[in-house]
Amino acid sequence: MRIVCPFCGERELGEFTYLGDAKPVRPAAGASEDEVFDYVYLRDNVAGETSEYWYHGGGCRTWLKIARNTLTHEISSVEPAAGAGAAKVGA
Amino acid sequence: MAGGQTNRLDSGGLIDRSAPLNFRFDGKTFSGFQGDTLASALIANGVKLVGRSFKYHRPRGILTAGSEEPNALVELRTGARREPNTKATTAELYEGLEAASQNRWPSLRHDVMSVNQLFAPIFVAGFYYKTFMWPAKFWEAVYEPAIRRAAGLGRAAGVADPDHYDKAWAHCDVLVAGSGPAGLAAALAAGRSGARVILCEEDFSPGGRLLSDGGTIEGLPAAEWLSRTLAELATLPDVRIMTRTTLFGVYDGGTYGAIERVNDHLPSPPEHQVRQRLWRIVARRCVVAAGAIERPIVFAGNDTPSVMMASAMRTYVARYAATPAKRIALFTNNEDGWRTVEIALGAGLQIAAVIDARPDVSPAHRSLASKGGFPVLHGSVSGVDGGKDGVKKIAVSLTGGARAEVEADGLAVSGGWNPAVGLTSYHRGRPKWLDDIAAFVPDGAPPGMVAVGAANGAFGLGACLAQGFAAGSAAAHDAGHSGKAGTAPVADDEAFSLTPLWHVAGKGKAFVDYQHDVTASDIELAQREGFESVEHLKRYTTLGMATDQGKTSNVAGLAIMAAVSGRSIPETGTTIYRPPYVPVAIGAFAGHHRDETFHATRLTPSHHWAAEQGAVFVDTGLWKRAQWYPRAGEKDWLESVTREVSAVRGGVGFCDVSTLGKIDVHGADAGAFLDRVYINTFSNLAVGKARYGLMLREDGMVYDDGTTSRLAEDHYFLTTTTAKAGLVMQHLEFCRQVLFPELDVQLTSVSDQWAQFSIAGPKTRDLLKEIVDPAEDLSNEGFPFMGAREVRLRGGIKARLFRISFSGEMAFEISVPARFGDAMARNLMLAGAPFGVTPYGTEALGVMRVEKGHIAGPELSGTTTAADLGLGKMMSTKKDFIGRVMAGREALVAPDRQVVVGIKPVDKARRLRSGAHIIPKGQTPGPGNDQGYVTSVCFSPTSDQWIGLGLVERGRERMGEIVHAHDPLRGEDYDVELCNPVFYDPDGGRQRG
Amino acid sequence: MKYSIFSLARAALSGHKNWQRTWRDATPKDRYDVVIIGGGGHGLATAWFLASEYGIRNVAVLEKGWIGSGNAGRNTTIIRSNYGLPGNTGFYELSMKLWERMEQDLNYNTMVSQRGVINLYHSDAQRDAYARRGNTMRINGIDAELLDLAAVKKMIPFLNFDNARFPVQGGLLQRRGGTARHDAVVWGYAHAASALGVDIIQNCEVTGFTRDANGKVTGVETSRGKISAGKVGMAVAGSSSRVAAMAGLRLPIESHVLQAFVSEAIKPLIPGVMTFGAGHFYVSQSDKGGLVFGGDIDGYNSYAQRGNMPVMEDVCEGGMALMPMIGRVRLLRQWGGIMDMSMDGSPIIDKTPVDGLYLNAGWCYGGFKATPGSGFVFAHLLARDQSHEEAVRFRLDRFRTGAMIDEKGQGAQPNLH
Repeated sequence: MRIVCPFCGERELGEFTYLGDAKPVRPAAGASEDEVFDYVYLRDNVAGETSEYWYHGGGCRTWLKIARNTLTHEISSVEPAAGAGAAKVGA
Repeated sequence: MAGGQTNRLDSGGLIDRSAPLNFRFDGKTFSGFQGDTLASALIANGVKLVGRSFKYHRPRGILTAGSEEPNALVELRTGARREPNTKATTAELYEGLEAASQNRWPSLRHDVMSVNQLFAPIFVAGFYYKTFMWPAKFWEAVYEPAIRRAAGLGRAAGVADPDHYDKAWAHCDVLVAGSGPAGLAAALAAGRSGARVILCEEDFSPGGRLLSDGGTIEGLPAAEWLSRTLAELATLPDVRIMTRTTLFGVYDGGTYGAIERVNDHLPSPPEHQVRQRLWRIVARRCVVAAGAIERPIVFAGNDTPSVMMASAMRTYVARYAATPAKRIALFTNNEDGWRTVEIALGAGLQIAAVIDARPDVSPAHRSLASKGGFPVLHGSVSGVDGGKDGVKKIAVSLTGGARAEVEADGLAVSGGWNPAVGLTSYHRGRPKWLDDIAAFVPDGAPPGMVAVGAANGAFGLGACLAQGFAAGSAAAHDAGHSGKAGTAPVADDEAFSLTPLWHVAGKGKAFVDYQHDVTASDIELAQREGFESVEHLKRYTTLGMATDQGKTSNVAGLAIMAAVSGRSIPETGTTIYRPPYVPVAIGAFAGHHRDETFHATRLTPSHHWAAEQGAVFVDTGLWKRAQWYPRAGEKDWLESVTREVSAVRGGVGFCDVSTLGKIDVHGADAGAFLDRVYINTFSNLAVGKARYGLMLREDGMVYDDGTTSRLAEDHYFLTTTTAKAGLVMQHLEFCRQVLFPELDVQLTSVSDQWAQFSIAGPKTRDLLKEIVDPAEDLSNEGFPFMGAREVRLRGGIKARLFRISFSGEMAFEISVPARFGDAMARNLMLAGAPFGVTPYGTEALGVMRVEKGHIAGPELSGTTTAADLGLGKMMSTKKDFIGRVMAGREALVAPDRQVVVGIKPVDKARRLRSGAHIIPKGQTPGPGNDQGYVTSVCFSPTSDQWIGLGLVERGRERMGEIVHAHDPLRGEDYDVELCNPVFYDPDGGRQRG
Repeated sequence: MKYSIFSLARAALSGHKNWQRTWRDATPKDRYDVVIIGGGGHGLATAWFLASEYGIRNVAVLEKGWIGSGNAGRNTTIIRSNYGLPGNTGFYELSMKLWERMEQDLNYNTMVSQRGVINLYHSDAQRDAYARRGNTMRINGIDAELLDLAAVKKMIPFLNFDNARFPVQGGLLQRRGGTARHDAVVWGYAHAASALGVDIIQNCEVTGFTRDANGKVTGVETSRGKISAGKVGMAVAGSSSRVAAMAGLRLPIESHVLQAFVSEAIKPLIPGVMTFGAGHFYVSQSDKGGLVFGGDIDGYNSYAQRGNMPVMEDVCEGGMALMPMIGRVRLLRQWGGIMDMSMDGSPIIDKTPVDGLYLNAGWCYGGFKATPGSGFVFAHLLARDQSHEEAVRFRLDRFRTGAMIDEKGQGAQPNLH
């Protein structure tokens, strides 16, 4: 697998670390145990197009949001996480 | 004929007769020529018996001339370089080559295990699933050892491989697999278009079938066109032809695996050179021109030595000038087989007969037969009379029922051609069936890949050239190159007519999978027993699982299954194609990652200094850390470690702790950020102060710990454990970039930038004063416990100084730029000499942390909560932080959890061991009363006995209780007391002093 | 027909023309007491135990392809019961005991071979962890031995003891561990279950569930029509999330690809099963002679049943580091399976929130060794509607309550288990 890092260009799989599904959103402070349980433990585990977090630890250390097909491994888009780089969201 | 080479033609072939080579097979010396394979040289020397089959130990010869060979497997080379199961058909001859037949005893001609053939009526497919079950113990004791000894083929060397392997990357626009006419045309078109081209050819000579079959291209003899084309390719700047290189797999993102046999054609690799190189080739487009594999016809006795694939037969004659037989019969069901007759006649060999399964043969071939004076028999071969020394007579069933016999010493067989669909199918694609060639062809391919020529079912020379050229041109265009490719080379297409024939019924064993001795009747049996799915068939009979990966057997096997189960071949389907296309040495996949270079080695900044001191090093992750510093006269590690501990507790010592992860946290929101990742609060930490912190995973378990110092309003410096250095950085980046993108914070890993030393002991301040600029106030008031700030050292270097203590003594940690680490160690030794400074290693560090009851790796097991570790009170209730909510789940706050407690043997002379379990006193150990275990131990010089920490049910409530340490693995049982985990200076006066 | 050397000899006289199908080729009936989705080892074992232990014979096993086509036919065939945490320890030992009588139970030679499993350690910390685990095993009546370096050298002298980056220091040995012939386990259970009346239905893909007004599952919709069922059990490993989704369930499971490898057959080289402690590599040698080996999962969610090169290389690097004598042995075949990686690395065998639907999943890459035990306790659950005593901790709600069984201590990240 090769991933086109928006900062570093096309790089080999070995430079990246996988985290998992990018769909679950961390509940805000004050969320219930059930909500946090859902976020931490339950997964759609999609067979097909999915969005996931990968870390370019062997490169620019950016967390990437990657659209990938789990049936074919085909990658359709790569974008940096909201807080990647030096500029702040909304700044 | 050349000396001893009784079956070598006087002229012709692509061998270099000026370069004779001596070699040995089964101890006997032979000669061949440069350009021979081991197989062609054996054939030239009249050798027909080359190996024994897997199960029945049937005598076997050479079936093919390529990597699809199932029979002619040898142990190549000797000693540490012995390679089992090497195909004689691909092994290049070199001076002094040594090969031995395998799977036979005591000799190839007289193999005791061939007695297995007598049991053949019982040893049918899957017979072992039905027996060897009683008595139960006999499987491991009797049956299995016997089976294991009998199974297997060659013998591995059994000692370390002395050769080296390389791994390399290559990038290109167009990758071409195979250098036959289609591959060369593809490379030509792509290269002319300006694309970067890599062409991989598994043979040592490019050309593919042009090397043996001849033909006419662009009006030129094939050989001439080949040399002109190679010459032109050599002039193209970005075309690289890699011979002896097999493309074996295709992976995601256009990554291809290839194995280059760099020096296998030599007795051993030249000094400083590798044996083989594993290539990871990244290609925009790939043109598969891997050709096709001729398939056998299954008939009784088809495994007799000198029964050979027709194309192999002519390859040996035309390319190697070696004659597998003097009087050859051909059994074919297609036009292409006749090419062998033409070439054999051209070489002056005798044709005994052609047995053609088709109803008719072409007029040209009929006149060839009358000219050559041999009969054309319409029918099929139903049996072979012969043995170890080859074919003697061939029984023929003529169409219409009559029988005939042909005397011959070799039988060429052609059952048609199977396109090499491996590469195109490795992404789990299934090929489709084409009736007109009665073969599977690719049906789609992994992204960027296309098959051409024979690999695509186009067997004609003209079609191969045209398809290859068009695909090469299109691939270059797709990759962004639009140079002029010119026109495709032109050649005529030969006629290809075929009447499918898979199996000829007859008496005697008819082999489908030669190597694994799978016969036609085995397939019938499998069908009878319900193993009709091709995958079941494969697994039940072992069809196609041998070293040839079923290249000659799979399609025939499933065709026979189709016939007996009343389905069509496409309905029956194929098994899944698995890489690698040819077996690849495990050493090549490892490359240099073996022995000391298996993984990288990280050295601490003071490593060389420590080595000079004679330190003993320990592996900690990738790091080498000084474990202790033995001194002359010390009898064991314990004596050295005890001395180091006592020296620190009584004076001053230092230890390199640079392996800790170090992260600079900058930004207006740095404090707020840390509040969210740690369970305790950092936003209220004063500038110039340090604080111990604990972080959880989102599931509520403790992730890591360390101290964090606030160096400025918007600058914190955080340390992690050695083990988690990289992972915590990754985690914090996730928090920053994904979870909390709104926070103004930046992270910088500075683990490698700072050399950090712990300096500990009551004389620490005395030593530091010699190091630190006198202007810096190191007094208890000027630099109190948990103080942290930048200081200037004598000589002007800036350092970071932290008054933190892992040992429990008055202590500082000092960071200097990593390049000064070595100098710092030497300086500490010099400056500390008056105070008796003692370097200490990780063992003494560990002893002092256990004495102080600090948690470390064994307690940070990933299954402990903050409360388990006695740190529950650190969890802020005033803020959200990672892991807060899940840490509150009922099982994580249950009162009977195993928590950290101190443990010491009641008998002070007793040694305590990690991994011992804790059982209530007076009870018999069992799953119901296994209450925990010892996590960390040390011999405590301060307590003068072995002490430890453990995770024990309700441990903190049970301090003072005598329990049982149960250690059946080491045969030990003894009483221990649960106690306060802080064994040393429990009120902490020393570290604050 | 009973299988034995005598029946084989008799069959030989008649040219093996009289053998029957190993299992009946059943067509689906309208209704079964229990329908099991998934014709792998676990599903077939469940059916056999339902029929043989619990007297429930009106059972169908539905397989979308050919039986054993999933992980049952793709694993590295290792059996062992060397687990360290309550829940796992007892369960895997139950499974081991069932392995030890499997051939006699099933009248099928599944080649259960207890040649030993050794986990090598390379540091004091690893030794301590193995000591803890080995003692757990011993306390639970399971055999375990802690070997020092000298004992390891004596037992497997061919490892790299001379110039290893991470020298071997010893190992945790379970002599009763070993291997079994994976396909034969599938066929053996099919053979024995079919003989007791279980219908094994191949090429029958489940496409949905039928539910009654209360939401109770009443059967399945399949590519071969509707089949109603008293209870439906899922044993579909890597496809668990997909099947559960048809019932509206989300699971604490991710599907990941695990690769496995086999070398060319060579004469006996390696006696038992070995795992390398300083990298991802484990290996045994099959009776046929191939070195069967594997390593870590590729690390990303996948249903592709094939992997990529970095892990191939990593596995071979581990192999070469441990025993550089295999450098010239050739890797013959590489394949991939879909692992149902759970959030704590341990399995789930429980009722689901959907009435009538039962779950057997989350085996990570350890499902093969669990086959008989999994079948046994799942059959118990289906028959009795309550967990078998050795499976009470494999609850689905343990993630919610915090009672995880996390051997590796990696937490809620499936690809790290």
